[in-house]
Amino acid sequence: MADTTEQSRFSRAWQNILLVLVFALGAWAYASGVLPQIFELWEDIVFLTQQHLGLVAISGGLAILVGIPLGVWLTRPSMRRYAEIVIQLLNIGTTIPTLAILALSMSLLGIGALPSIFGLWLATLLPIVRNTYTGIQSVPAHLIESATGMGMTQAQILMRVELPNALFVIFAGVRTALAINVGTVPLAFLIGGGGLGELIFTGIALDEFGMMLAGAIPTAMLAILVDFAVGQVQFWAVPRGVNPLR
Amino acid sequence: MIALENLTKIFETPSGSVIAADQITMEVVEGEICVLLGPSGCGKTTVLKMVNRLIMPTSGKIYIDGKDTDEYDPVALRRTIGYVIQQIGLFPNKTIEENICVVPDLLGWDREKSKARAAELLEMVALDPGVFLKRYPKELSGGQQQRVGVIRALAADPPVMLMDEPFGAIDPINREVIQDEFLKMQEALGKTIMFVSHDIDEAVKMADKVAIFRAGRLEQYGSPDDILAHPANSFIADFVGGDRALKRLRLITVEEAMMKDPPRVRPEDTLEKATGLMRENGHISVVMVGPRGRPRGFIHINDAKERKGLVGEHYEKLPATVNVREDLRTAVSEMFTHDLTWLACVDDEGFFKGYVTQRGITHLLGETYRDG
Ligand SMILES: Nc1ncnc2c1ncn2[C@@H]1O[C@H](COP(=O)(O)OP(=O)(O)OP(=O)(O)O)[C@@H](O)[C@H]1O
Ligand SMILES: [Mg+2]
Repeated sequence: MADTTEQSRFSRAWQNILLVLVFALGAWAYASGVLPQIFELWEDIVFLTQQHLGLVAISGGLAILVGIPLGVWLTRPSMRRYAEIVIQLLNIGTTIPTLAILALSMSLLGIGALPSIFGLWLATLLPIVRNTYTGIQSVPAHLIESATGMGMTQAQILMRVELPNALFVIFAGVRTALAINVGTVPLAFLIGGGGLGELIFTGIALDEFGMMLAGAIPTAMLAILVDFAVGQVQFWAVPRGVNPLR
Repeated sequence: MIALENLTKIFETPSGSVIAADQITMEVVEGEICVLLGPSGCGKTTVLKMVNRLIMPTSGKIYIDGKDTDEYDPVALRRTIGYVIQQIGLFPNKTIEENICVVPDLLGWDREKSKARAAELLEMVALDPGVFLKRYPKELSGGQQQRVGVIRALAADPPVMLMDEPFGAIDPINREVIQDEFLKMQEALGKTIMFVSHDIDEAVKMADKVAIFRAGRLEQYGSPDDILAHPANSFIADFVGGDRALKRLRLITVEEAMMKDPPRVRPEDTLEKATGLMRENGHISVVMVGPRGRPRGFIHINDAKERKGLVGEHYEKLPATVNVREDLRTAVSEMFTHDLTWLACVDDEGFFKGYVTQRGITHLLGETYRDG
């Protein structure tokens, strides 16, 4: 169930295709005079990109900060009885479309940045918790036994054995989660959260192709950038002994 | 010293209670290897894990050096006991160096000191530190991993070691090599070791004492020779195998079994002198040695009697000799290979030290049989 190499291979292919598309689009945009139209919106683009990134950073960051400890907590012996139920619920949760999560969030918290961040956070949280849980759960029992037998405390086993050995799977979860997050942020505009969605949806509404692209291109580039950044951290932060990419 | 006193473990399972250890009382003498031996599920691992508190006893006591282990903090206790599990259990996220340094780190050793220790230990098992310190476990062969598993347990120099089938996950040829290596280390280190095995040959080879278990009960406790020579009941006799007399051959070195200060002749001696020497000793042949005492050949009594002249003119070549440090199994094997009834024994320099005969070996095995 954990996202692993398959997932990252898929997302790399996806990156490449997107890069080519963006390039082709750029060439066409320049030729058709859409490009000048985009540059007119430069100030908006910069402002909205910052807002967009803010949403990603806050909701994604909070999801990581909450999701990993939550996943770890579910693996503790005291939680063993409830963990599987919680994970099943999370699995059901991930099948809910993110737009629906945002809508539900709005119905709870109203309109603005707060419901957007909450909705994004929730959508991002699920894969992180799930992967942290399965990652730690799949650390072989004999490693835990070996660590205990050598005189490690519970906390030392978690920090020195369980987390490092689950790290690759945890990172895969973070990567999936942030991909979902970045892809969902444009929808946040629909509940008043701001971000590049404003250009995209306004562009569509006004039938202004340039404006829509002014939102879509930075959004796509951000997605690539974030995925690349997480991929790099995953590559370098996971010890070589347990990193299938190295 | 490890002492178990009425040690009992009962597992409560949905299908009823399982008595994995039943009133076990035994002692492992300081500096000795005690092998816990028995069929699968007889409770060997359970007994071992109660010593380092991975499993809590239902009742009974365990003393290490006279101190009740109940009085220790389990974490502190475990850091003073080397532990090797059957699955080796190297941490794949750590380099070999980091793996070996786990317990020294837990004990707060100086980093430089534990790193030096890691290199020293790798050299002890013939792994080049320059090559292996920075590798990860997945970059080692099974045999190399097993070696690292053992030296990792030795890293903080614990007086007591628990080893659960430490050489189980390895092919028979490599296993012999590692066993020999380990015995050599143990000769120098003198650890007190509890060693789980289900292989009688391994037990005979490694053990100072063997404890044989069946269904949670300690059936017999004694030296390997004792157990092979006097199995306490038919279960043990079956378990150690019908060839137990042959297994005992491994336990006796040529040096212990040979006739020392044997008669010998030189090439320049006459055949009469050789005949006289053989008659005197009741032998049917005598070894001829060179000027410095290395065996060169032998002369049979019939040849000596029939002919005249010097030994050097009539001797025959020795088809085989055996080193005094080999075990009797090797000696007997040589005898069978070359169809001999006796073998000349030589030391490392090749000097003639004695001889072993088939009759002598049979007699020796019979002796201990009758002793008990
Ligand atoms: N945690 C447990 N819960 C219930 N029963 C157990 C548990 N651990 C061991 N047992 C039972 O206790 C008995 C002894 O098990 P143990 O692991 O000590 O055997 P062993 O001699 O080491 O066998 P093997 O050679 O197969 O490793 C077995 O019947 C086993 O099923
Ligand atoms: Mg076992």
